[in-house]
Amino acid sequence: MSRNEQGAVDQEPVGTDSVRNRILSAGPRRTIELSGIGVVGVLAAVMIAFIGLDWLRHGPASGAHPLVESLYATTGIDRAAAAVFGQFLIGGQWIDYYLGTNVFRHSFMWRSIATGVLVGIVAPLVGTFLVHRQMALIGETLAHTAFAGVAVGLLFIGVTGWNGSLLFVALIVSVLGALAVQWLTERTNTFGDVPIAIMLTGSFALGTLLISWGRDVMTVSIDIEGFLFGSLAVVTASGARMMSVLSVVVVALVAITYKQLLFITFDEQAARVARLNVRGYNTLLVVMTAVVVVGAMQVLGVILVAGMLVIPVAAASQVAQSFRETLYLSVLVGQCSILGGFAFAISQGLPSGGSIILVAILFYLVAIAVSGRSGAALSMH
Amino acid sequence: MTAVVDLRNVSFAYGDSPAIEDVSLQIDAGEFLGLIGPNGSGKTTLLHVMLGLLTPDSGSVKLFGEPVAGFEHGERIGYVSQQATNRGGTMPITVRECVRMGRFPHVGHGKLTPTDREIADEALETVGIADLAERRVNQLSGGQRQRAYIARAIASEADLLALDEPTVGVDAESRDEFYRLLESLNDSGITIVLIEHDIGVVTDRADHIACINTKLYHHGDTESFVESDALSEAYGNTGEVVHHHH
Repeated sequence: MSRNEQGAVDQEPVGTDSVRNRILSAGPRRTIELSGIGVVGVLAAVMIAFIGLDWLRHGPASGAHPLVESLYATTGIDRAAAAVFGQFLIGGQWIDYYLGTNVFRHSFMWRSIATGVLVGIVAPLVGTFLVHRQMALIGETLAHTAFAGVAVGLLFIGVTGWNGSLLFVALIVSVLGALAVQWLTERTNTFGDVPIAIMLTGSFALGTLLISWGRDVMTVSIDIEGFLFGSLAVVTASGARMMSVLSVVVVALVAITYKQLLFITFDEQAARVARLNVRGYNTLLVVMTAVVVVGAMQVLGVILVAGMLVIPVAAASQVAQSFRETLYLSVLVGQCSILGGFAFAISQGLPSGGSIILVAILFYLVAIAVSGRSGAALSMH
Repeated sequence: MTAVVDLRNVSFAYGDSPAIEDVSLQIDAGEFLGLIGPNGSGKTTLLHVMLGLLTPDSGSVKLFGEPVAGFEHGERIGYVSQQATNRGGTMPITVRECVRMGRFPHVGHGKLTPTDREIADEALETVGIADLAERRVNQLSGGQRQRAYIARAIASEADLLALDEPTVGVDAESRDEFYRLLESLNDSGITIVLIEHDIGVVTDRADHIACINTKLYHHGDTESFVESDALSEAYGNTGEVVHHHH
């Protein structure tokens, strides 16, 4: 190495490195992070189990086929699920007793918490790639598309009397919106923000019109404010179920395509030269974002959902050394923001969405202070 | 022997303005080709056409004897783009993570094996930045960063290395070292295509020169280029000095 390069190394990173080394050296730091991820994983597994029990205890699809009927009769799995579920809520009563709250004894609260915990994993996970591809605005756009999806779902259910999930319709509309965004960006050469901004406001405009019109022609009561700003009460059993399935799928997809997503995030042109299916992975990323946004919309609200994709990643990128560490820290910050936000919202009787985002921003500010790096390096587009 | 790159009558236009017109050239295995031309002469476009990033309006492009559109062996090409096109400046990623990307085309969705990791570490040794493996790419100097990208190409065991003005913003001393590294890679059998604005560097290092300004003005060994009028024809008569030590 030339003297010149050596000089550059010695001068430039000293400030940040010494700060980081003061905090923790690489070994224990990694152990702590991995343990944190382990705890988050166990928490997620418990929450998915809760959602599964909630589903099983009602004996799902028992009328569908005599075979299912006899399965329930012989195994008694639905009754067993109901019993365990009951124990879970009794545990919640104990927590309420010790904390002096009236929260954890209710199954609807657990559904919200479970959904939140899963959002706290998948939103930063997908967001890490989005932010570093400078596609953060796309998350915001897809949230607004999902709002149009909720409106379409309301109308669809009102008109047809279909007995399905509102979120499922929102999911389909949002995925279609994601494909439209992908189509737009391919034709504008870059992830240019003008067509995206038009799409963002356009779908929101469509949503508001559909909802106003729907209110006049039919009697569907829906907590629109809950969808806009996020609410603990808006999470339904089917919404929580959808979130748990989507979370497993998204985590699995990211695990399988991690290398490809990393490569196209870092250098899309080199990835194309290496003959990666860049278009395919771009589409996958945008569709995963749409899916995450619809799930996260329940607790965060349309307007705030993009924050969960961006803020934990911004905080993690301040302090992380490697990309893998950024992923781990994003998920940890996301999870802490969700749990901290819930605690604040529950204790103060305030909406969950705003609380979660403000807690996340608090983490971001702490990360800036700790790292000594300027926050200006990241950009929205 | 099959040419590594084989362009026949290739033309490409951005809308109505032609970027390259009727260019034919072959690059043989083991060649070190310097691609030169004035600003906006279509050098980068030509390189992108060679690599299959752009589809020509007319003409045929073959890589390692295969039509470029169906070419699937991404691991055989190492590409170092202009600094601005990757996220090395902002993204939190270590040098080692970056170099291991060179192994990604080899393993697809599978896991990297210990051998893959070893090959990546050896590539870091080869370019002389093994001690910087755990550093963030954006903490490196310009010269070190380009070495990391070269290491990625070496890790992918590429037969063809394509570089687009790799030393913009790199100080003179590091630049000399960088080109010595390229020469030694070329000596070990890797074919190199280099876009470089500094004609002196190209005539010093490359054994073949292609000089373009939309059309191909010269393609041949460095000796014949220096003796030809291609430079002044392509650039207009700017009186630039050509170094020549052969």
